[in-house]
Amino acid sequence: MTDFLQLVLSGLATGSIYALAALGFTLLWQASGTINFAQGEFVMLPAFTMLGLMAVGLPLWASFLVTCAVAVLVLGWGFKRGIADPLLKFGLMPIVVATIGLAIAMRNGIRAGFTAEAHPFPSLFADKLFNIAGVTITLIDLGTLAMSLVLVLGTQAFLAKTVTGRAMQAVAQNTDSATVLGINVPRMVFYTFAINALLACAAALLITPTYLAKFDMGEPLGTKAFFAAIIGGFNNSRGALLGGLIVGVAENLASAYISPAYKDAVALVVFMAVILFKPQGLLGKKEERKV
Amino acid sequence: MKKSLILGVLGLAALIALPPFLKSYGLYLLSYWLIFVIANMGLNLTIGYAGQKSLGHAAFFGIGAYTVAIVMKAGLSFWLGLPLAVFGCFVVGLGLGFPALRVQTIYLAFATLGFNTAVWLVMRNEEWLTGGTFGINNIARPSLFGLSLDGNLRYYYFILGMTIVLGALLWKLLNSPWGKAFTALRDNPIRAESLGVHIQAYTLLSFAIGAAYAGAAGALFASLVQFIEPAPFTVGASIMMYLMVVVGGSGYFFGPLLGSAVGVLLPEWLRFAQGWYLFVFGAAVVVLMLWLPDGLLSIPDRLKAKRLAREASAARAASAASIGASS
Repeated sequence: MTDFLQLVLSGLATGSIYALAALGFTLLWQASGTINFAQGEFVMLPAFTMLGLMAVGLPLWASFLVTCAVAVLVLGWGFKRGIADPLLKFGLMPIVVATIGLAIAMRNGIRAGFTAEAHPFPSLFADKLFNIAGVTITLIDLGTLAMSLVLVLGTQAFLAKTVTGRAMQAVAQNTDSATVLGINVPRMVFYTFAINALLACAAALLITPTYLAKFDMGEPLGTKAFFAAIIGGFNNSRGALLGGLIVGVAENLASAYISPAYKDAVALVVFMAVILFKPQGLLGKKEERKV
Repeated sequence: MKKSLILGVLGLAALIALPPFLKSYGLYLLSYWLIFVIANMGLNLTIGYAGQKSLGHAAFFGIGAYTVAIVMKAGLSFWLGLPLAVFGCFVVGLGLGFPALRVQTIYLAFATLGFNTAVWLVMRNEEWLTGGTFGINNIARPSLFGLSLDGNLRYYYFILGMTIVLGALLWKLLNSPWGKAFTALRDNPIRAESLGVHIQAYTLLSFAIGAAYAGAAGALFASLVQFIEPAPFTVGASIMMYLMVVVGGSGYFFGPLLGSAVGVLLPEWLRFAQGWYLFVFGAAVVVLMLWLPDGLLSIPDRLKAKRLAREASAARAASAASIGASS
């Protein structure tokens, strides 16, 4: 039983990071219809930027802030203007392929230009263990979970409570009506891209200490984020959190109790079950067919 | 049309006449390219003509390859393995089509991607069947009517022949009423349904036929490389196939020809960039998409549209001038 609780807790910690990446993913989809196949690389790149900045002597917090600023500029604004804006009017296929190309370029650019090795990354939290009623909890797991929950719920509060956030939701639901209501649609879409970039930086900060910084670290992360987003409901931002946690816990339990070799299949089984019985995701709204 | 016919004949002549002068690596690359042309013709039917989203094509490619490898390891003939691979993929493809009846677009893409992961895990983990990460080696080359296809050049011609036969079959299919039904399904499923196209059946068939082509390609692949392991059949490979079809021009019959060249041959040409070649490749794909969102084969259409626009504006200018002169 204590094993079980431990597994659930560390699963929740990993799952909450999946949720961060998944949330950015659903936000982009809702606001602009962009499917970003480079989502995992959007986490990998900030991790290496932070490493680079720390190598020249900046402390962790400062390099995180600088990285956030750079990410908003490059992964937010640059990605929107350079790739998403020109391609969105041609439908889904070109943007999917362009982001695949982008992912290949980012991954191999880091490998060729920086390093092919895995690099350790300093953790935000001390390496400390708690023992509560026989259950061992690491401070890293606890801190990661707490921080990502704060970020996800904070983003949601921002979307639900502030005027800007509500305007962004209006754009996501109906671009035409939002325009008529005097909302600056391009700016709101840009905010979404910026938030996506920031969430990716946060995910990098939280996941890299455990998974190490490596050029191909984005690949599994991106896939899990996709699955999490769809399990929870692609058109619902709360779904990303639920989906992320489900994927994280399920794969942790499965690798302990079923077989580590099939760990990656678990997210898949949950995902298949969800789309067969509830294609819109656990929390998603049904989309009508349009003629 | 006449011009493209001449171009096709010239290209075919080059594919027949040039290979004897190639070194074995060049020959291998050409064979590899043709195998991807076959697989991507199938994928083009699924995504380009029928408008489904599939990111699991490498799974069928793998199923085809492993079927042939396992059949031949059991001491049976390639000529039993090939139809088994094709038929097996057809049946599994029908099965994969079922989620497509319930979900569309990006959901379907991830359902197929998940299917690919599952197949890959089986290949990697079930050692008794697939040899696990060690794979299956010493897969023999087949012989045809008593003629051994052991040599690289002979096997290349065999693959070329298969490509032409399978291409011709697909051409026939696409120009039949069935082919029209596939495009109707892509362009507007609801309208297609109201015109009496059985959309469930056609959705399933588009997956099944596409999968069968991948199965045939996989079977040829196993005998080409003579050693298979799970690595070429990952989700990454499926994504690359999708990329090749879209880059070549999805929904264009000859799209897979160009797209596979981009996916298979371009990385080789970029070897001069050494460690950077995949970076250059990825960047090239992004630029290509920005320039030609409908793929390489949309260039002729685009030129034609430009010419028509120029002619129209010239005609307008001329008529405006004549009106100006008469008044």
